[in-house]
Amino acid sequence: MTFARHTIMTLGLTLITGGAMAQTPVLTVYTYDSFNTEWGPGPAVEAAFEETCACDLQFVATGDGAAILSRLRLEGARSEADVVLGLDTNLTAAAVAAGLMAEHATETGALTLPVAWDDPHFVPFDWGYFAFVHRTDMENVPDSFEALAASDARIVIQDPRSSTPGLGLLMWVQNVHGVAAPAIWEGLADNIVTVTPGWSEAYGLFLEGEADMVLSYTTSPAYHLIAEEDAGFAAAAFTDGHYLQIEVAGILATADNPDLAQSFLDFMLSPAFQEVIPTTNWMYPAALATERLPGGFETLIEPERALIYPSDEAEAIRDAALATWQAALSR
Amino acid sequence: MASRAQPLNWVQAIGAGFALLVALMLLGPLLAVALRAEAGGAGLRAADWAAIRFTLVQAALSAALSCLCAVPVARALARRRFAGRQAYIALMGAPFILPVIVAVSGLLAVFGQSGWVNDTLRALNLRTVDIYGLSGVVLAHVFLNLPLAVRLILQAWLAVPSERVRLAQSLSFAGRDMRRHFEAPLLRATVPGAALVIFLICTTSFAVALILGGGPAATTVELAIYQAFRFDFDLGRAALLGLVQVGICLGAGLLAWRFVRGVGFGAGLDRPALPWPGDTARARIGDGAWLGLAAAFLLLPLLAITGDGIAAISGLPVSVWQAAGRSILLALASTTLAVTLALPIALLIAGHAARAGLEGVGLLSLAVSPLVVGTGLFILVFEVADPVALSLPITGLVNALVALPFLLRALIPAAMAAEATQGRLADALGLRGLSRLRHAILPRLRRPLGFGAGLAAAFSMGDLGVIALFSAQGQETLPLEMYRLFGAYRTNDAQGAAVLLMALSLGLFWLFDRGGRVNAAT
Repeated sequence: MTFARHTIMTLGLTLITGGAMAQTPVLTVYTYDSFNTEWGPGPAVEAAFEETCACDLQFVATGDGAAILSRLRLEGARSEADVVLGLDTNLTAAAVAAGLMAEHATETGALTLPVAWDDPHFVPFDWGYFAFVHRTDMENVPDSFEALAASDARIVIQDPRSSTPGLGLLMWVQNVHGVAAPAIWEGLADNIVTVTPGWSEAYGLFLEGEADMVLSYTTSPAYHLIAEEDAGFAAAAFTDGHYLQIEVAGILATADNPDLAQSFLDFMLSPAFQEVIPTTNWMYPAALATERLPGGFETLIEPERALIYPSDEAEAIRDAALATWQAALSR
Repeated sequence: MASRAQPLNWVQAIGAGFALLVALMLLGPLLAVALRAEAGGAGLRAADWAAIRFTLVQAALSAALSCLCAVPVARALARRRFAGRQAYIALMGAPFILPVIVAVSGLLAVFGQSGWVNDTLRALNLRTVDIYGLSGVVLAHVFLNLPLAVRLILQAWLAVPSERVRLAQSLSFAGRDMRRHFEAPLLRATVPGAALVIFLICTTSFAVALILGGGPAATTVELAIYQAFRFDFDLGRAALLGLVQVGICLGAGLLAWRFVRGVGFGAGLDRPALPWPGDTARARIGDGAWLGLAAAFLLLPLLAITGDGIAAISGLPVSVWQAAGRSILLALASTTLAVTLALPIALLIAGHAARAGLEGVGLLSLAVSPLVVGTGLFILVFEVADPVALSLPITGLVNALVALPFLLRALIPAAMAAEATQGRLADALGLRGLSRLRHAILPRLRRPLGFGAGLAAAFSMGDLGVIALFSAQGQETLPLEMYRLFGAYRTNDAQGAAVLLMALSLGLFWLFDRGGRVNAAT
């Protein structure tokens, strides 16, 4: 219905304004801060897509992943956004429930995710395992949440209400420890230096030396190894397994230009986009064979167990897990 | 009195209109918040109680520590005469107009894990200090409010007439006697008031908690409002927390109002101050040490940020300069609005029309937190227009409302003095209306007007509150842009922006304050 109305409106406008339609259409993509930095995937993706789309691709960064969702709810039908890029599977159910999303028509057969994918609203673009990253000179690196809670390691984590890694950690603890999760969080409370709104702030604090470990990804050490030629960083392998993050994009129900948005999602799984991901977003690409990963990625730890909740289950336990977290950390 | 108020009648009518407008602008959003909070109706959760507890605990600690440290510093300033004393007192005013985010980044440079203090502690094999959480929030609040505490307490000290000190000298008072007969009553009378004012300021703390707090263990109610708004987009919850914040502010505000009063040492003939009796070499050394410590505590963070950032200014990205331009325009607009509102209201209050009720307007805007008003305005605007597109005008409006009480405090005594000293002459000359305002009243208001406008401009320039609530890309003010740069780990650019922000805030204050002094006879 929306599609049809749009087509009619577009046709009408074309007839009325004639020459004015030579103006290039704008595709507005809401994403998280670190995606659209000069060293992130944003600039390369923008250049590559604009070569083929005859459009103006504009990234709008609105904080960390979870903050995008609340921004979209805040703007409602007034939103300029056509595509949201950077939610993960812990948030997709909430976005769909809020009536924000339209279905996509992207062919997802060639995905290289460690799990099967059949979400009608979202297309994955990369994935990774959450992990605590530390410097290699750290002694007694913990190998579980119990060990971390018992240690005096200083960690920085992200706020689960604004950040997808923060929310992922919540799910991770919940998945591994279940009913014992509150006790784990109480044990972790004295290890937490601070809780930042987003991943960028937390990683910055860690690099500044404010903490021994930071919640990030198993792929983060690759950044230091490849971009900085510094082998001094590692991700702590947890024996109970690592929670999986699948980052996704989708078309908004209120998109001004759904066809263009759809062609962006298709482009997202093409090599031009996927090959940029490993060395800019420092994640595993969602549709690229392992042998095409850049050198250095083979040094990363490979979790024996990948943990993940289906998106509807993640949505169902989110509020309770959040309340547990808040209660344990506000003591 | 009433007859003397007559000649400015139309100005007072405008004043009454403006006072009503201010009350509406504050109560309207408040009402919107109250209605929305009821609609939310989920009640307070454990985390909200934790935020309330943290707000009260950190404010109490900040107020107590600020006053505790301020007493010896104020005493040293009252007792000592030294070269640069005036400059020292002027320096005491600087942190008050310093943008909070600049102060915090300066403190991080000094007290952060890789800052000077911890480097030294590590070199000495001592435990390092932690700047995040409660200790950091309190540290920042003491940094920002110590100067205010010193000024408030110093004023009481200076109010002791030198005749009394001479009497004490002739009675051969020792240090102990001075403490008992002068200092103890003086402190008893001033410290509770000063502590309450600082407590009130700290309960509305947002930017400090945003950067140094965060996480359920270190969230103020203001920060919780922001999180409910920005993270959960839960307007009902934000509104409920807004009501809690109003309750805290009103409680603290009413307490502060009751307690802030003068000390009764009687009047003197304003003879020059005499040396304090019972002055020993030990007391002199102690005073010097306190003055040195306080100066180091206040200056080192500023020096650190300047040293780190000054080289980065030339290479700042365009976005920072754009944000700076936006901030300057915003500061000028909100200052204009604040002055336009304050002047007629001050003249009205000075005319004794309805003093208590009207001063309540000023107090109200002190007690209602910017974030609550911002939330309320958002709820009101959201129904009819896109609040995100209006974020800058809304920020300017809230900034003007926040600056209003400071302007009123500066203007009312001056307006009263002007009427008292020039009113009869003006009556005799038949000066009325605009010409009376221009020739008799305004020249007497120039200085406080310049000072108050300077404060308003500096506040607006450095404000990181409402703008953080609903800003969009391309609408950043300089403080918000600086916060983003910090978040994106572009420390160098952030430090450059900090120096720029500091220079602009102090510069705007200086310009207005200076403008008030030009050609002023007094």
